[in-house]
Amino acid sequence: MRTLVFASRNTKEITRDIFTLIFGILFPLVLLVLLSAINSSIPEGAGMKLFEITNLVPGISVFGLSFISLFTATLVSKDRCTSFILRLFTSPLKSSQYIAGYTLPLIPMSLLQIIVCYIASFAFGLKWSANILLAIVVNLPTTILFIAIGLLCGTVFNDKAVGGVCGALLTNLSAWLSGTWFDLELVGGAFEKIADMLPFVHAVNAGRYALYGEYSKITGELLWVIGYALVITVIAVMVFSYKMKQDK
Amino acid sequence: MLAIKTEKLTKKYKDKTVVKDLDLSVNKGEMYALLGVNGAGKSTTIKMLSCLIKPTCGDATLLSNSIISDSTKVKQIISVSPQETSVAPNLTVKENLEFIAGIFGFSRAQAKAKTQQIIDQFDMKEIENSRAKTLSGGWQRRLSIAMALISEPSIIFLDEPTLGLDVLARRDLWKQIEKLKGKITIILTTHYLEEAESLSDRIGIMANGILKAEGTADELKKLAKTDDFEEAFVRIAGDEI
Repeated sequence: MRTLVFASRNTKEITRDIFTLIFGILFPLVLLVLLSAINSSIPEGAGMKLFEITNLVPGISVFGLSFISLFTATLVSKDRCTSFILRLFTSPLKSSQYIAGYTLPLIPMSLLQIIVCYIASFAFGLKWSANILLAIVVNLPTTILFIAIGLLCGTVFNDKAVGGVCGALLTNLSAWLSGTWFDLELVGGAFEKIADMLPFVHAVNAGRYALYGEYSKITGELLWVIGYALVITVIAVMVFSYKMKQDK
Repeated sequence: MLAIKTEKLTKKYKDKTVVKDLDLSVNKGEMYALLGVNGAGKSTTIKMLSCLIKPTCGDATLLSNSIISDSTKVKQIISVSPQETSVAPNLTVKENLEFIAGIFGFSRAQAKAKTQQIIDQFDMKEIENSRAKTLSGGWQRRLSIAMALISEPSIIFLDEPTLGLDVLARRDLWKQIEKLKGKITIILTTHYLEEAESLSDRIGIMANGILKAEGTADELKKLAKTDDFEEAFVRIAGDEI
């Protein structure tokens, strides 16, 4: 009950911020429109398939999730940096209830963001198939990963630094290293190797394979994401619990 | 009956002793002001009593519950109104109050009823649906204290409740605090000496982590051999007596 009360407060704090709507929903949609417009201008014979909707929407949905990290981190760091946290710390809430209360509202918000992305994609030629549902489901570990990154950043950085780390660095990293905007093989070398060691490209690939119906390839990609999600979640929970004691 | 009793309560950070062997007794229903210059140890004392930090040694009991061994019980019977205004900015006044009632374990119906009651008590009807971030400093501080009271605490810690407010807002808040006198035990820290003098039943003066003197405002003036409370504070806190 206490967790749900705290989660409800966090939901209101996030959704009543106009930037949530702008960056969480509108910005990914604007990108979808722009890149689809670019794609429609590319001659069919050019062999450029990167911006075709089945390649694009899994990338945009993962990129959109990087803003979920920003929302999480901003909320946690704002609470930490004000005396509001003292009020919470002197209440009967426990560590686990804080973490659950911060995490729970972000899961439906992330799902909504992904679903809106896929629904909008119908306007740009995405054909309905059950694979779309699978593509949405394979985004769940990515959702957990980005929420955990947000929790970790919000716990470690103050609210100003969070804007830089999650708002600029993470969104750019997840964009450049995900293979959404350009083919990583074209860059090759160390850039491709680094991208391959990070979870973003695997998260996008898992969504793409789900949409293509190439089910056997999903697991390998998803394991990367699940591994990162698990490790970062554990680190975030440990650091959060440690900082809770420190911040007092 | 005692609401708070500390025994040799001490807090050290490395080799620096912030609070030293504090022996303090506060009666049930009493308003006790803790005064001291910056770094005197007031906030650290409040943090230990509200279970935010653990003492290095010594103990304190709040209505017979130890801050060391019964901190969960202590958290159920206390409430803190922190120094800075601490409200959820995007929540309305009503939602802020219902939120605090909820995390203290009240059911939804109880939280709503308690919220209406406290809104009436603090004359906040006209702003009940306003978001906290849109309120003036005075209203935010009033809401902050109301949030501390909604959980029906037996003991409340008011840390610099009127800091930064203009004279009118400060006097207005004093009236609200005065209404609480006798109903619950209040520990007040403040830099406004006239606030402590006019509101408190007893006053403790801390300096360098030590409780230098305590008593009513008149007793402290008598101790410092002056009729002026500010002068009494300066003499006691400044080690002149």
